[in-house]
Amino acid sequence: MKIVGIAGSIVGSKTKIAMEYTMDKVREKYPNAEVELIDLGAYNIVYSDGRNYIDYDGDTKYVTETIMAADALIIGTPTFQASIPGTLKNIFDLLPENAFREKVVSMVVTAGTSKHFLMVEQQLKPILAYMKATIVPTYVFVEEQDFHRKEIVNDDVHFRINRLVDDTVQMMDVVNMIREAKEAAYDF
Amino acid sequence: MMEQYRIKPENGIEIGIYSIGDYLNDPMTGHQISEQQRIQELIEAAKLADDAGLDVFAVGESHQPKFATQAHTVILGAIAQATKNIKIASSATVLSTADPVRVYEDFATLDLISNGRAEIVAGRGSRLGAYELFGYDVRDYEELFEEKMDLLLQINEEKQITWSGQYRPSLNNAQIFPQPLNGKLPIWRAVGGPPASAIKAGRAGVPMMLTTLGGPAMAFKTSVDMYRAMAHEYGHDPATLPISTTSLLYTAEDSQTAMREFYPYINNTMLQLRGSGYPKAQFAESKSVRDALMVGSPQQIIEKLLYQYELYGQQRFLAQIDAGGVPFEKIAKNIELLATEIMPAVKKATAQK
Repeated sequence: MKIVGIAGSIVGSKTKIAMEYTMDKVREKYPNAEVELIDLGAYNIVYSDGRNYIDYDGDTKYVTETIMAADALIIGTPTFQASIPGTLKNIFDLLPENAFREKVVSMVVTAGTSKHFLMVEQQLKPILAYMKATIVPTYVFVEEQDFHRKEIVNDDVHFRINRLVDDTVQMMDVVNMIREAKEAAYDF
Repeated sequence: MMEQYRIKPENGIEIGIYSIGDYLNDPMTGHQISEQQRIQELIEAAKLADDAGLDVFAVGESHQPKFATQAHTVILGAIAQATKNIKIASSATVLSTADPVRVYEDFATLDLISNGRAEIVAGRGSRLGAYELFGYDVRDYEELFEEKMDLLLQINEEKQITWSGQYRPSLNNAQIFPQPLNGKLPIWRAVGGPPASAIKAGRAGVPMMLTTLGGPAMAFKTSVDMYRAMAHEYGHDPATLPISTTSLLYTAEDSQTAMREFYPYINNTMLQLRGSGYPKAQFAESKSVRDALMVGSPQQIIEKLLYQYELYGQQRFLAQIDAGGVPFEKIAKNIELLATEIMPAVKKATAQK
């Protein structure tokens, strides 16, 4: 099983810190999983021009193909102007509309204020649902005050990330079971 | 009514084969034949189709990796020489990135080589390769095609061409040689996806070749109806305008064998050319006569074609039987079943007295 994390912003460090912590937890708890964190800030990705993702080259091809090869995605996103950042939306725009079919997607969100708590429900989940993701319903919401000097210091966040990692892997197992049960019914 | 397009409704709907020239490994063996073999086998398939009495053999172009028919007119030239009766067409010619004058010269020559069997199916291309390779901006997608299509149709109608546009140098009383055998070529417009392109084809009064790759057959009826309605609205008689539909097709003695043998190839096609496989749940729906994907026993294919004929009233159906690395012996088997079992029944039921 391949679990890919995405740090969805090229600005700031909090989403990246939260995602590094999350992916470390994945490695620690599921040592057999193939784990990769894509920090969008480390790649030079072009804007979607409408072509199929397999027809890009360079970093854009690498990042989209890595995401498409994943069984589960953990998306880390900051909150910009009450929504996801354009860099993350561009990733969605680069992919086919059914990109997340038979993939589990869970979310870690950072924000400057608790007033943004429902941003994910209103902005991110509809996109993931449209792209056919199996969405882990609960997400981890991390605020400014949960960080201190580039570390997450709130134990509640630690516990919640811990649960998110388990939920993601268990949901992935369930999706695989459903797929196997469906495919067992076909003779092709 | 459709003589201009060499269509005779009294014979029933035409049945043929088309290839997009994809060049992929065989997912069952991992083996990939050489480019030379792929091209030779296309010519062989055309000979088989001709011998078996199928109506049309078409080859399309794509200019990027995983394809082998970039020079589709050259391959059609070899097919023209190797066959006797079968109509030869493109599927499609990416007109947007070509010079309509050169396209016309090529197909008029093909018409002479083949003794009057050549047809042009002009499209915009569903891949970007040609745009990048030949230096066209895909943002001009629509305008490039419309302008060049207008010129291509003008060349077909007039002996001396005076024309000016944005994407090609002007023509001043130009004559284009050679002339096709009987003065004109059938020119079709390749239409895929939503009805917008079908509407344009109807407005221009040009025959339409419509892709119906899968999903409910009913969904494509909208495009067919819009095409005819627009043709009528813009002063063309829909009764004079043929429609061709196209689909992936795989047939074998029985339904289970057809589905089991075909799934790896359709999945490989979608995975390699579009980046995500064909979902099994969706493939399973093709058992229904109401699903457009042509997979099943010959009897099931006949039922699907007749169901679609009721919906669309089309004059031609082209099958894509070589996608995703299907080995040649299976291609040959499909041609045989198509010609000996499917075509006679469908023609009999659709021949207009």
